[in-house]
Amino acid sequence: MTGAHVLNMAASTTAVGANPVLNLGMFIGFVAVTLYIVHRVSSGNTTTSSYYAAGGEFTGGQNGIALSGDFLSAASFLGIAGGIAVHGYDGFVYSVGWVVAWLVGLLLIGEMLRNTGRFTMGDVLAYRMRQRPVRVAAAASTLLISYFYLLAQIAGAGGLVSLLLNITSKLGQSLAIVVAGAIMILYVLIGGMKGTTWVQIIKATLLLLCMALITVFLLGRFGFDLSDILGQAVQHNSLGAAILTPGTLYGKNELDFVSLALALVLGICSLPHVLMRFYTVPNAKHVRRSLVWAIWSMVGFYFCTLVVGYSATALVGSDAIVHAPGGENSAAPLLAYAIGGSVLLGLVSAVAFATILAVVAGLTLTASVSFAHDVYASILKRGLAEPRKEVRVARLTAVTMGVLAIFGGILVNGRNVAFLVALALALAASANLSTLLYSLFWKRFNTPGALASIYSGLGSCMLLIIFSPVVSGASTSIFPNEDFHWFPLSNPGIVSIPLSFVCGWVATMLGSRRENPAKQTEMEVRALTGIGSGLPS
Amino acid sequence: MTLATDSSGRHSVAPSHEQYLFDTDEHGGRGPDFAAIRGSAEFALLRRRSRRFIFPVSALAMAWYMTFVLLAAYDHPFMSIQILGLINMGIVLGLAQFLSTVVIMLLYCRYAKRQLDPALEAVRARAGRAS
Repeated sequence: MTGAHVLNMAASTTAVGANPVLNLGMFIGFVAVTLYIVHRVSSGNTTTSSYYAAGGEFTGGQNGIALSGDFLSAASFLGIAGGIAVHGYDGFVYSVGWVVAWLVGLLLIGEMLRNTGRFTMGDVLAYRMRQRPVRVAAAASTLLISYFYLLAQIAGAGGLVSLLLNITSKLGQSLAIVVAGAIMILYVLIGGMKGTTWVQIIKATLLLLCMALITVFLLGRFGFDLSDILGQAVQHNSLGAAILTPGTLYGKNELDFVSLALALVLGICSLPHVLMRFYTVPNAKHVRRSLVWAIWSMVGFYFCTLVVGYSATALVGSDAIVHAPGGENSAAPLLAYAIGGSVLLGLVSAVAFATILAVVAGLTLTASVSFAHDVYASILKRGLAEPRKEVRVARLTAVTMGVLAIFGGILVNGRNVAFLVALALALAASANLSTLLYSLFWKRFNTPGALASIYSGLGSCMLLIIFSPVVSGASTSIFPNEDFHWFPLSNPGIVSIPLSFVCGWVATMLGSRRENPAKQTEMEVRALTGIGSGLPS
Repeated sequence: MTLATDSSGRHSVAPSHEQYLFDTDEHGGRGPDFAAIRGSAEFALLRRRSRRFIFPVSALAMAWYMTFVLLAAYDHPFMSIQILGLINMGIVLGLAQFLSTVVIMLLYCRYAKRQLDPALEAVRARAGRAS
């Protein structure tokens, strides 16, 4: 295939990046406005509570929008719309998991987490356990998951730049990653949790409005007939009618898909940066309200994505999408250009950039808080850290994380890193969910059990992914020329999630240690009622 | 046990009158009597009501979701049955997942408002008297 020629042709005929100046202008506008707001809302930020959890001052509604913002990352905004446009139904099946997963947060985790903890997942897991080992494990899990998720997002920034600004040189893309990383670090340093939450709220509102308007417009254009959109999509997709049924994307390995679906539905509400969002509201009732808002906006958003995805095929055609710079990810921008010209394209591009910035800022903040609170303050300083110093450590960690993410992002730019999101979700579902559920609902659960479920989840996920087709033995692998894989699935969840539950149970039963019963009683009462948490009722 | 987690957000929120009743050791003593609260009939009712809803409903939601996933993975002919025009079983069941998520959310909110929140108030009232 004469790649460059096709690329050029696609770029000139479909005019993606037709107006990089406009795209760039809108993007700079967004950054300027948000930086100003971040600066305004975050006076001081010297106490741990305000820097880590925005003082718990957000309302349920605000936090709900921010929560959905955490999930409307570039991967799910551009990725799922593109997945539906190119692969049809299998892209849609993927989006269902992103909605249903919120029930885990609503029913099982959210309110009890808010009642029990203060800043991090470690607060809850270590509540009635031996502090040091459990906090180290919780921090290890948080840092690992956040870094993988961060890497996936920031590597996506390179591809997005090539798509939206027509920057195709590796150097130019690396520069774009550096700039994006630097802005992200600024948000976190200046804004702390309050600032990053506001960035998330602004971005999510823009994105939701944008998608809703485009969807209404599209539905109007097709006479509010979903079947008509599907029909046109079938005509303009090279896969034909196959895009209406399952199997185009995941048909080759069904078990792999089941494994992915399991990790999605159990992992999303166990991601550290989502757990941390539950601490930014005053009490458990506001957590409930946040989740209600988040579920409404996710349901609305993914319905819109279904319409936008199939419409993109119907109006742009799957060949044009696949061959445009950016591939699948270009479906939504191309559609925006087709229906709204360069202004709408500019708007969608700016929102897509904003999405990456906001999500990576949240991730960086989460990782830095976990390090400062769980490792520095609780372990190194044995709970006697001065708040100002602790916040300084958090800021330093944020810069370190940011720089690591920039380097990592440049290193993996252009490689297929889509598996990183799935890996982060599998890690969260394996290491965090089992340990959280046991801590909250099983009295006998003890320190050996907690350590076993966290480390078995982390360890088995990492081990299985290393020996999976993701790393070696397939043409799409990271090392396509080597073959040391023996695990047949690209998603380890179906093995590692049950394994961590079993390990947690076995280690608890074997470990003769009984944790402090008074502490256990305290946690049980506090989780359900919030009594003793000092939270306003 | 170290005290690392025990400073439960007290610095972050303005202290209210009620809070001092519920305060733990840091301000010198009279923390809530957690054992007494847990032993109370009010707490038992709250816990029973909470678990009676969240466990079965979570299990049901997961089973319903996994049914959808397994159908999408293994039963392509079933998912291809056309319902309305080109809209087929797969798309209907997918949208049904969206709908069921919203319905469960609304049911939980109603249950929480009618059953959990009053039970929680009763526990709080009892705890207030106890201290």
